[in-house]
Order: sequence, then structure tokens, then C-alpha cells
Amino acid sequence: MAKVKVYVTLKPSLLDAQGRVVQTALENLGYGNVEDVRIGKYIELEVKENGQTLDTQIEEMCRKLLANPVIENYRFEVTE
Amino acid sequence: MLIKEPGSKTVSKNTEPIAPEVYREMGLIDSEYQKIVEVLGRHPTYTEVGMYSVMWSEHCGYKYSRPILRLFKKYKEALEGEGLENAGVIDIGDGYGIVMKMETHNHPSAVEPFQGAATGVGGILRDIFTMGARPIACLNSLRFGPLDDAHNRYLFENVVAGIAHYGNCVGVPTIAGEVVFDDCYSGNCLVNAMSAGIVRIDDIASACAKGVGNSVLYVGSSTGCDGIHGATFASVELGPDSENRRPNVQIGDPFQEKLLIEATIEALKTGFVVGIQDMGAAGITCSTCETSAKAGTGMEIDVLKVPRRQSDMTPYEVMLSESQERMLAIVEKGHEDDVAAVFKKWGLNAVVIGHVTDDGLVHVWEGDQLVAEVPAKSLADDAPTYYLETEEPEYLKEVRCFDLTKIPEPADYNEALEKLLGSPSIASKEWVYRQYDHMVQTNTAILPGADAAALRIRGTKKAIALVCDCNGRYCYLDPFVGAQIAVAEAARNLACVGAKALGVTDCVSFGNPEKPQVFWQFKRAIEGMAEACEAFDTPVISGNVSFYNETPETAIYPTPVVGMLGLIEDADKHCTPEFKREGDVVALLTGRRITKDSESDPGFCAVNDLGGSEYLKVMHNVVAGQPPALDIEAEKRLHTCLIEAISSNLLSSAHDCSDGGLAVALAESSIGGKLGVEASIVADCSASVALFGEAQSRAVISLPPDKLGELGELVEKHAIECTILGKVQGDRFKIDVNGVTVIDREVEQITRVWKNAIPERMEGRA
Amino acid sequence: MKFGVIVFPGSNCDQDAYYAVRDVLKEPVEYIWHQEHDLKGVDCVIVPGGFSYGDYLRTGAVARFSPVMEAVKEHTDKGGYAIGICNGFQILCEAHLLPGALVSNDCLKFVCKYVQLTPANLNTPWTNQCKNGQVLNIPIAHQGGNFVCDQETLKRIEDNGQVILRYCDEAGRVTPEANPNGSLNNIAGVINERGNVAGMMPHPERAVEKILGSADGLNILRSVIEWARR
Repeated sequence: MAKVKVYVTLKPSLLDAQGRVVQTALENLGYGNVEDVRIGKYIELEVKENGQTLDTQIEEMCRKLLANPVIENYRFEVTE
Repeated sequence: MLIKEPGSKTVSKNTEPIAPEVYREMGLIDSEYQKIVEVLGRHPTYTEVGMYSVMWSEHCGYKYSRPILRLFKKYKEALEGEGLENAGVIDIGDGYGIVMKMETHNHPSAVEPFQGAATGVGGILRDIFTMGARPIACLNSLRFGPLDDAHNRYLFENVVAGIAHYGNCVGVPTIAGEVVFDDCYSGNCLVNAMSAGIVRIDDIASACAKGVGNSVLYVGSSTGCDGIHGATFASVELGPDSENRRPNVQIGDPFQEKLLIEATIEALKTGFVVGIQDMGAAGITCSTCETSAKAGTGMEIDVLKVPRRQSDMTPYEVMLSESQERMLAIVEKGHEDDVAAVFKKWGLNAVVIGHVTDDGLVHVWEGDQLVAEVPAKSLADDAPTYYLETEEPEYLKEVRCFDLTKIPEPADYNEALEKLLGSPSIASKEWVYRQYDHMVQTNTAILPGADAAALRIRGTKKAIALVCDCNGRYCYLDPFVGAQIAVAEAARNLACVGAKALGVTDCVSFGNPEKPQVFWQFKRAIEGMAEACEAFDTPVISGNVSFYNETPETAIYPTPVVGMLGLIEDADKHCTPEFKREGDVVALLTGRRITKDSESDPGFCAVNDLGGSEYLKVMHNVVAGQPPALDIEAEKRLHTCLIEAISSNLLSSAHDCSDGGLAVALAESSIGGKLGVEASIVADCSASVALFGEAQSRAVISLPPDKLGELGELVEKHAIECTILGKVQGDRFKIDVNGVTVIDREVEQITRVWKNAIPERMEGRA
Repeated sequence: MKFGVIVFPGSNCDQDAYYAVRDVLKEPVEYIWHQEHDLKGVDCVIVPGGFSYGDYLRTGAVARFSPVMEAVKEHTDKGGYAIGICNGFQILCEAHLLPGALVSNDCLKFVCKYVQLTPANLNTPWTNQCKNGQVLNIPIAHQGGNFVCDQETLKRIEDNGQVILRYCDEAGRVTPEANPNGSLNNIAGVINERGNVAGMMPHPERAVEKILGSADGLNILRSVIEWARR
């Protein structure tokens, strides 16, 4: 069983409205040194090996469903 | 199949006593524990004592409120007759009935506002569609502390977001409500969710476990450990450790709920569902014992068959879990698969967990182990009731002898008006209802922001109108009159859109009932409400009581919220509060008839009408005096006249004159219509009383001048007063009192004040 | 013209769209369950609003993999008509049947209100019953209606006339203040290159009768019927 951690983030070119609000909130709490906040998704998968290359499979999952390539970037890590 | 070992048919007689600290922790007192031992003839098991503790809590068992609630005629009849559920339907003709109910989620919302409010909406919707009705409207009545406090803003923001999240996703329009801000709700926010549904009268579903041998079907989401002891949680005061009670708060999934709505309505159409009930407070315990108690049957279930989210749950946890979006259905034997297939089509669990028996007992098995065996009726109906002491609170003497004549006139009436319009309780609630989908289902004929919202009923000419209302300050000063005014004002709001009041659901919140002063408030409020509901011929068809709304520092005002349903015979003939066109005559309709001794009084206010007013609170930070007097007969005459005038197409606008008085009512009609007004008041009282006094039984109307004659006939027929105030014209909001111009502002300016009050406080911007 | 309204788990404007077509437009209409592979011979598919699959992960992300979406793609590849409304628009973007994507409103809150729209191209199957400079009064109700795409795509769809509706003020002016959600160029609705597939955030099916406050949504729904008749 492999444990896969997938990180999905909005593309840098897009305004992250949620991130902007959090940044303002942090500023209000006195953390004026926070330069930028980007909010994304973190997804954990537990995947059984089925002979196919795991990386290719996960890559496919990300492109098809877990992220929308029009607006989002993704990366993932595989741990055993 | 349940495995019945001959030896385990009953729970061993030799059960060990439950330690007092254990049952006390669950909320039971010693005498209640003794009663359980008597009923069972032995000590209860751990699971059993848990089941009793939730069913006998105030939240489920109404142990304190039940004796008082019998004042509601319909409630009393229902208790003595066929049970409460069938009482909750109002016939609107054409074969249709409306069911409605309101319920508090105060305590969960205080701890986790988003989920607390969201699951409040979910629970009330399930109450509606388990009656076979399609939910067609959500309303809510909310109370918070002042918005200058960050925690109150956090609660307000997240409660509204939670309601929006749930209501929008399930596709039921949230069409009306009220939001009030007052110091007494700091730390004790009130979150009342109301819902209404429509059902063919012949298709009303029952919540009875009838038919020995029929199967007990568990439907919906899986069971987790969430919300265990939520029902008892609602029955204790909030203290500093309330935050630590977070695990008690349930998480809602509106997507599952939407599927449940569609699947339930479809499943009921199969004709094989004998009974159905929501698993709300006290979860499986409540639904199994209530359905069997109502039918006079018993039930056997196996907790191992219950779909679970967690693997290591004890029977106690399964029986008490308050996981959301679950229901219990009683299905005709042999047709389990037909019904389950519908739920499975919608991707929902549908599992037979037991069957109906004839012995009046609820047997709970964990595989071949019997873990509970209790009489259904004793759990559901025999909660001990207490006739608590009452005592008139001390504070009343002081607030009642407050001398209202000592209140000075404001230096500038314009500023006073703007202060009132900018008070969040009066200001525009657009910030709130923008976040609610109020148009889905495409029936909303009057959108939020009017006196009441209205939905046309497809397939008929009719529309229904819905509203909820309560003035807590009035109830604090006089719970009897305050509760009567809540009923009267709700009915007046309905009359202002052209609807005749048909029925009431109530949702009353009070402090700790074990304090005699609080219980006195409760008793007086219910007496007032019961009397008014009878006078208006609006039966109370359902309701909910919430106690312990207090912290060590403050208790809330008595807040008996009234939800009311009205009927508009011709959906096209309804009315809204905003002025429609220049040149219309503006007038004040007053239910109170002017008598010979008061010939100089053309129906405006007397100084006493400042008692408990928004003006007194906002300008002078005083909550004192007595609420304005209410003459129910006069009030009824006003409503009949309004409804007739609207159905005869006489009126361009009608607006209830309440919080903030005549000046605020005129301003709201002006702002809504983006039209100015020039009004003159001739009054035998000070200008502040004439402008801001809150005398009851009044409505501001506008109409084309050529309709005045016809209106005059109606006014005469119903023996009410009509006082011409002035004309809709221009872009200035102008009021003279006894010949002196006291208010003169651009409509645009007062609009900004009224519209921006809440957004500015919430977002620091307009 | 025969309409089909797709029903996903979590759709909640399906019944409204069905009602608008059957009872107001008086055209034949059928529901199509998300697991169907066959569109029952409909001419125009409506992908309705709601919260398909709870809108979990991303709005519309799960729905696009329903079996019925295969059939919708075949239908539109052959030139069949399809319109996605609100959540339906999000689904059609996710399915790449329409350009761009819809992200969270810039105010981050759900917004339900009547907005004003002005048609940006009258020569389409979806707007031919509108008039030049007309201001349509149609409600929105969404939290994720902020239309985005890359600059290149934006230029392409603008040049091709694929933008069909823009948010405007009561006088028909396309201004930043009239933009309720932060959409690029005030875009409220777009079509694919061929024009047979449309998506819009406002709900035309909610503005079909005077008692609901407006009947302007009929301009959109009648356009496709007229277009097919020509």
C-alpha cells in the first residue's frame, strides 16, 4: 500500500480571493511580514499497487479529476 | 435475523447499580434514576440509562414545559388524541396542506456557529419531509449581541454562512426571517430555523411503527460518534467549558440531505412505507421509542446492523449518536427491497436493522447480546414533569415605574431618525438574505425584505405568506403582552402583504427554568401567546422550547418567537411595503377607533408608547416602561381591512408600523421605492413620541388619490381610522409635526445609512 | 423542440428548468438521470443548476464523469444544442465543452439577487430573440461564478463573439460596479466555437413569469427554439 499526498493550488496568475482575506486577517493580528497567502487543497490517497506505474496513474488522476488544469497546479509525493 | 438465546431474552435481573456521578453527568437527577429503577424493576444497563437521560431531558421530554404548553388548545387535544404529528398540518384548500415547524439550535450554534446553524436547518427540513411534504421554504429568526464585539461578529457571520451553506445546497429557498441585536444575546445567540412544506392532504406520512412483523429500515448517512449527548447538552447552561463541548456538535452534509429529500418523497410513493421519522435529537433512541410508543407496539433492533463510520462504537454510542441526515422507516414486511431500492438509487444506505413487535418494549441487541430492554412508552411519554415555582421578577417593579415623560426631546430629529435607521436591528438585512438562495423552486412571489415573503402555489390561484416575529424587549417588560404582540405583529405583517393568518408554529427561548423568575416569564409568555392565538383563530400546530439560554453573566430576554402562515386567495393580488409612484396619497391605518374623549388624538401615539421602544434603547440606552397596549379586536379589524383593500387592488403599498415607529415605517417605504414623501402629522404629543412611539395596530399605506373613496368605505365598514399623512413625491424625505418641519433629508442619504449599517460593521466598508 | 433536463445527485434547479419548458414554453421535456447513456432523442440538453455531488472537490468536477456526460458530448459533437446554467455552466467548463473555468466569487460569499445583463452577440442560438442594447433582468444565485481563463483564450473568445452575455447596470453600461462576482470582462455567459453549447451563471429558468419578478429569461430559452426552426 502506498500513501500518496497530493497538493493542489490555484495557478499563480489567478487572484486567490480566500488567500487575500487570510493575509489581511493575519496583518490585523500583527503579522505584517506575511507577503502572500495562497490557499490550496491537500488530498491523501491510499493506493494499492496494481502493476501499473504508480506515478503515471497518479498523474492521470490529477489531470482528470483532482485538479482542473485550467486554473490549478498540482504536485504529489509518494510514501510507502 | 436477530439471534435470541433462550437465556438472554431479558436483561439479567442482577444488573449493578449505576454510580450516581455517572447518571448525574448524563443529566439525570437522583429521583429520576429511582423512577427508572421502578419502571424496569431493576437497575438499568449503561446503555439504558443513556437512553433515558436523553429522552427525559427537557430537550426531548419537555419535563418542565409540558404542563404549560397544554395551554395551547391544539397541543392539548393532540396529546390526548392521535398524537402531535397529525396536528401539524394546515389545510389551504384545493387538496393541499402546509406543514411547518421551527426549532432552536442555540447551544450548538454558540459553540460552533457554522455547523450549529447548518444542522439546525437540516433537522427542521427532515421534520418536514418525513411528513411526506416537500419543503418549499426556510425561514430563520436570529439574535446576537452587538456587532461592535468581534466574537458577536464571528457568530453572526458564521451562523448566516452555515444557514446559507445548507439551505442553498438542498435547494429550498430561504425566504424570510428576522435578525435582532441586543446586549442580552452576547454569549447566548439564538438560532431558530423554520421550515414549511407542502403535501397533498391525502398523502401525509405517519410516524407510527404500526404492524407487528414489519421491518425497521435505517436510512441515510452512516453513524459516527458525533453529537453524543447533544440533547442533554441543549439542556444545560453555557459555561466557560462550553467550548470544550465541541465534540457534541454534529457536522451537516446538505448533499446527503438533498438526496434524502428526493429519495424519501419517491419512497413514500411506493405505498410500502408505514411510518417514518427523522433521527434528530437522541438519534436512534428517540426514533425507535417514539414510533413504537405512538403505535402502541414494540421494536427489536440490532446495533451491529447499523451502518457506521467508526469501527469501535459501543451500543451506547450507536443508540445516542446524533449523526445527521439519517431516518428510520417502518416498511411493510416483504417490501423491504422495493423501498431500499429507491434509497439505493439515490446512493443512500438503506438497511433493515430490526422489526416491529407487539410487547411494547424496545429491545436493543448487539449481535446475540441484549443490551437494553425498556418500555417504549416510558421512554417516550413518561418523562417526569415538574411544576416549577414561579415568581414575578424584581426588576419589573423598577422598569415599570420608569417615568417616560422625563425623556428629553432630541436636539435634531434627523439625526435621531438616522441613528434608528442605522441601528442593526432596524437596518436593511440585505447583507444576510443576499447569501441565501431565495428564488430556487421558482415560486417566490414576494422576495425577502418585505413585511412577509410569499410563495405562489402551483396548480392553484393561491399564494401562501410566511413570517416570523418577536420583540424580546417587550417580553422582558411584560412577557404576557409581549408574546401577544408577537402574534399580533406576525399577523399584521401577513395582512400587509394581503394574507389572512391561518396558523402558528412557535419557538420559545428562555433562561434557566429552575429559577422561579425565569419560569414565571415562560408561563406568562405562553399564556399570552395562547390567548392571542385563540383570538386570531391561528392554532399553534407545532413548537419547540429552549431553556438554559444564559451564562453566569446574563440571561436572554424572554424570546417567544412566532412563525406564522397566511393565505392569499389570489396570488396576483398581493402587496409590498415600498412606495410605487409619485402622486400617491400616504396614509396611516389605525385599528384603534378614536373615542369621544380623545377627539383631539388623531390616532398617533401617547407617551407610554415609547415603553420598550427601539428609540429609547438606541437614543438613551434605556429599556424600561411597559410595552405598548394591544387591543386584539382593534388589531383584527385592521387586518381584515388591509386584506380587503389589497384584494380589491386599492393599495399601492402597505407596511407594518412597528420597531422605530411611524418615522421608520415611512422611511422604509420611501427607501424601498426610491421615492420621497412629504408627510404632516398633527398630534397631541411630543414630536419624538409621534415619530418614534411604537403604538400597535397601525400600518402605513399608499394609494392613488382616486381610490380614496373606496378605501373610506372599507375603513368605515371595519370601524378603523384612516389618517391622511401626505403624498409620495420628489426625492426628499420630509415630515412635519404640528406644522413644524422636523425631518428633512434626501432619500439617498437615509438609504445609505439604512443599507450600509450591517455591511460597514461586518466588513469595515460599505 | 424536445428538451432534456439532466438530473445529477444534488441538482436542485432541474425541476425549475423542467417546469419552465413544460408549463411556460409548452415544449416537450424529459428528465435524464445521470446514469443514462442515452439522451432519449432530445434536441436541446439543459444541464441545470444546483450542487451536483455536493460540489465537493470543485464545482462540477465529479459530475462531468457521469455516464450521461459522455452522451452529452456525443450529442454536441454532432451539433446538438446544450446549455449549462449555473452549476451546469461549471460542469460544461470542467468537461471542456466550454472555454475557461469558474472560481469563487471575489466577495467569497454566495450571492442571490436580480442582476442586469446585456447581450454581447445577437447572432447565436441563445440570444437571437434579444434586442441590441436590451437590458435583461435575470437572477443569479451562486458562490462560484467568477469566470476566468488565460489571456490568450480571452482574446480568442472575445474575437470570435463567443461571449454572449455580460453583467451591466440598469442603463446597460458594462461597469466594474455591475460585476457581481469578479468575472473577466463582466462575462456572464459564453458559447463554444460552434455556438451550439452555451453556459451562463444567471438563471433564465427563474425569470419566466411576471409573478416571479421578470420574464426576461424567456428571451434566452426561446432563442434556441427559433434558431432551430430557421
